[in-house]
Amino acid sequence: MLRKITALAAMGAFLAAPAMAADKVKIGFVTTITTPAGVIGQDMVDAVNLAMEDIGGKMAGLDVELIIEDDGFKPPTGKQKVDKLVKKDKVDFIGGFIWSHVLLASKKPALDSGTFLISSNAGPSQLAGDQCDKNFFSTSWQNDQTPMAMGEVLNQNGVKSVYVMAPNYAAGKNMIAGVERTFKGKIVGRDLTKWGKDAQLDFSAELAKAKASGAEALWVFYPGKAGGALIKQYEQAGLQGTLPLYTVFTVDSIALPKLQEGDLKGVLGSRNTQHWGPDLDNPQNKKFVSGFKKKYGRYPSFYAAQSYDTIFLIKSAVEAVNGDLTNKDGMRAAMKTADFPSTRGKFSYGNNHFPIQNFYLREVVADADGVWTTKIVKTVLENHQDTYAAECKM
Amino acid sequence: MDWGLFLIQMLNGVQLGVLLFLLAAGLTLVFGIMDFVNLAHGSLYMMGAYFCATLVQLTDSFILGVILALPLTALLGYIVELIIVRTLYTHDHLDHVLATFGMILCFDTAVDFIWGPTGMAIPLPEFLDSHIDLFGGHTFPVFRILIICTGLAVAGFLYVMVVHTRIGMLIRAGASNRTMVMALGVDIGKLFALVFAVGAALAGLAGMLIAPITEASIGMGNEIIIVAFVVIIIGGIGSIKGAFVAAMLVGMIDTMGRSFLDQLLKLVMSSESAETSAPALSAMAIYILMAMVLTFRPQGLFPPKVR
Amino acid sequence: MTSLFRTGLPAFVMVAGLGFLAFLPLLAVWVDNIFLMDLFMRLMILSIAAVGLNLILGYGGMVSFGHAAYLVIGAYAVGIPAYYDIYNGFLQFAIAILAAATVALVTGAIALRTKGVYFIMITMAFAQMVYFTFVSIEEYGADDGLTINMRSEFAGLLDIEDNFTLYYFVLASLIAVLGLVYRIVHSRFGMVIAGAKGNERRMQAIGFPTYRYRLVCYVISGAICGYAGALLGNFTNFITPEMGDWVHSGELIFMVVLGGAGSLFGPVLGTAVFILLEEYLSRLTQYWHFPFGAMLILVVIFTRGGINGMFRWIGAKAGIGGRS
Repeated sequence: MLRKITALAAMGAFLAAPAMAADKVKIGFVTTITTPAGVIGQDMVDAVNLAMEDIGGKMAGLDVELIIEDDGFKPPTGKQKVDKLVKKDKVDFIGGFIWSHVLLASKKPALDSGTFLISSNAGPSQLAGDQCDKNFFSTSWQNDQTPMAMGEVLNQNGVKSVYVMAPNYAAGKNMIAGVERTFKGKIVGRDLTKWGKDAQLDFSAELAKAKASGAEALWVFYPGKAGGALIKQYEQAGLQGTLPLYTVFTVDSIALPKLQEGDLKGVLGSRNTQHWGPDLDNPQNKKFVSGFKKKYGRYPSFYAAQSYDTIFLIKSAVEAVNGDLTNKDGMRAAMKTADFPSTRGKFSYGNNHFPIQNFYLREVVADADGVWTTKIVKTVLENHQDTYAAECKM
Repeated sequence: MDWGLFLIQMLNGVQLGVLLFLLAAGLTLVFGIMDFVNLAHGSLYMMGAYFCATLVQLTDSFILGVILALPLTALLGYIVELIIVRTLYTHDHLDHVLATFGMILCFDTAVDFIWGPTGMAIPLPEFLDSHIDLFGGHTFPVFRILIICTGLAVAGFLYVMVVHTRIGMLIRAGASNRTMVMALGVDIGKLFALVFAVGAALAGLAGMLIAPITEASIGMGNEIIIVAFVVIIIGGIGSIKGAFVAAMLVGMIDTMGRSFLDQLLKLVMSSESAETSAPALSAMAIYILMAMVLTFRPQGLFPPKVR
Repeated sequence: MTSLFRTGLPAFVMVAGLGFLAFLPLLAVWVDNIFLMDLFMRLMILSIAAVGLNLILGYGGMVSFGHAAYLVIGAYAVGIPAYYDIYNGFLQFAIAILAAATVALVTGAIALRTKGVYFIMITMAFAQMVYFTFVSIEEYGADDGLTINMRSEFAGLLDIEDNFTLYYFVLASLIAVLGLVYRIVHSRFGMVIAGAKGNERRMQAIGFPTYRYRLVCYVISGAICGYAGALLGNFTNFITPEMGDWVHSGELIFMVVLGGAGSLFGPVLGTAVFILLEEYLSRLTQYWHFPFGAMLILVVIFTRGGINGMFRWIGAKAGIGGRS
């Protein structure tokens, strides 16, 4: 419905002559709606809509207009949509972005025009390091951090050698770099598989290699539907007894319902690292998770939590300047303090505008109703800052 | 060299090969007999997977799901032939490419509309969802063995049908000389519809067999269809035997490339570059093979005899 | 000899269209929506590629299913030098044209030995090779693509970093390419190409080495697409191998056929319809691919000769226009 209204409004704007002055906050949100990865985008859009309801559609008394755009899982399309948001809709903030390569392709038009760009998921090393920007903020993490936490977990579990698999794109490479940074044992083999709209989903050859490599554990990063496929094949190949699986961004509330549907019990008890969990104990998270479950009848994913945070971060900025959207410096300063209720609890921003936050070990369990979800086991990294912050001259 | 791993990868290659064969068999017959280029063949592969996923949900049985989904996919193929494809036989190849490209868009959107963008998993029964132990601690999933057996059985069945039955004779005749078959007074319309429906069912079967490993998802046929075209060009358009040999060849090249190419490349470049290059280069290898075949043996490896 | 002189639409309509393109930036500023310029720049750049493809597809009857590869080559001819901080536009565009022409020469020499559907498939195969080549090069971003930080510099003559300048640069390029194709088609060379499409044996019998003529035609067509690719790289500031995917080659063919293959302005018209429909349908519904695909099927089944042919058909019915 919202899309239709936006579309009609857009066509109206096309016909009507010069636009009016800013009497509302315009937020563009770029994510993946089409392609099978659209399931992630849908989770994010649901969270953003929930956040809009929770703030009553207003920030500092101004109406909020949300414009959702589909990047089609393709960097050029993402960039095209950002171009449109900046030039046509003249938005004040652009949020969203699941994929690092889409974000990297899209950042130039947004930042060149001085629009605030807020990543609700992707955390490529470039934007944390030498390409950091005063108008870029993240409500997620830098790609390397979560696998770094996993590397620590591997050390703690006494794993001496590991085989790693990830999709062949910016984030996949960051993730591997992350686990290699903290893992003290030996990486006995690596596979980077085809990604994008025609991503490789049959991992028979790679799993056979992993098995034959003699590694003590298998570490993977496969977001979205590829994760489900990988875990299924891992089980079908009978690897769960011989090659323990460690994942990041693979087993989440997007993959779990499917795994439960397929009755892949092997995933129960498996462990992953994350900066957030649906059971994280703070008031904002309780409100978010219960509200989300009530409205949509399922657990939110971390993508949803970060998207929810994105709206509240923007709200804190708009309110700090009393709705004066021309006061970019004021809004920027407000966002830097991270003074907003976050689903992950209190955190602070580093010089590169990436969060300095905790990372937890989570275990897959069945909840009271028998629904598969994750439970936080312990804190692995406390107030952790990404390693690229040092390269950022800000 | 780890020979155990090598053998496992051979099996994986064969499994990919038979899957490609199931897709290519229908494609090559439709192409060979009707002279029709069907890019939307991959959509039938997708539809098969979705039909099967839905029926498995309803019946709680994978076997039953496949058995019911097969005629359904064939029926869909029949309807598509009747409504759209039939009007296109008199057009040239360019029109076929465009119209079936349009059909892909329609099928993908229809699936999005009916089943949503999420994709559907197909749960397997216990006895298929496990693995068998081979020599030296190696294991192989039971379900992949089932795929190989099904593929080989279909290949055998098609071979017998094409070589030893009247319908097969017509198909062979149609592939090598269409006008002659028409001159014989055969109801060519019926023959075409039948071949198209069987091709659709085979493509659907391939979709049903891969979906439990990956899942039924939108656009799942769009990349593999291009590979299937490569297979039938290499094998010779209209030739079942050619499709089989070429499918095995392509499946093997792809799997072996993914398995061993990065190690070879690491001898000449940094390991990170090698890991990026290897999957791309092994994907490229099959196109190089096709270009070579087209250059030196334009009719493919096993062109249907006599023209 | 079918279609050398037909333009379908009265020429003045197309000239009016070009006039509209010339004034579009003013309109965009007036309605305070400079995104319109982006939309039409993309439209014109893809038009150039479509016009280039039309030269072999429409006039020569060679259905290349791999012309998006030349777009990618052209784009990387801008992107790779830019990666090394070389922004000289003369150099970049020269590389784009030469590289595309060279690849077209090599692949065309092989592909043109085949006919019909084999030609379609072998051009697709070569395009996939180009695609996977760029995917395999880690240094230039592989699948993630490459951001171009600065557009081409033309020694102070032109500053295409400015969107208005780039817009008119693209428009001028489009007119120039249309002029070039017009000249080629109406030359003796063009007659041979069209003749070979109709009846190759006869042309050979008269004594024309048709293979060589076709190869030259194929190379020119590839070079035009390479040029369009260089423009595209400058326009988007971001390039990825994905631009060379077979789907995009298919779209280029569609643009040509939709507008009417073998007419001078047809590809421009087809591209315009394609791009504008894509832009506005996708805003109306996320299921926009369905009407789009259905239209594609209907266009193929019912109008031989694309929109252009449709206009001619209507014109003929009404007994006006249409000088075909």
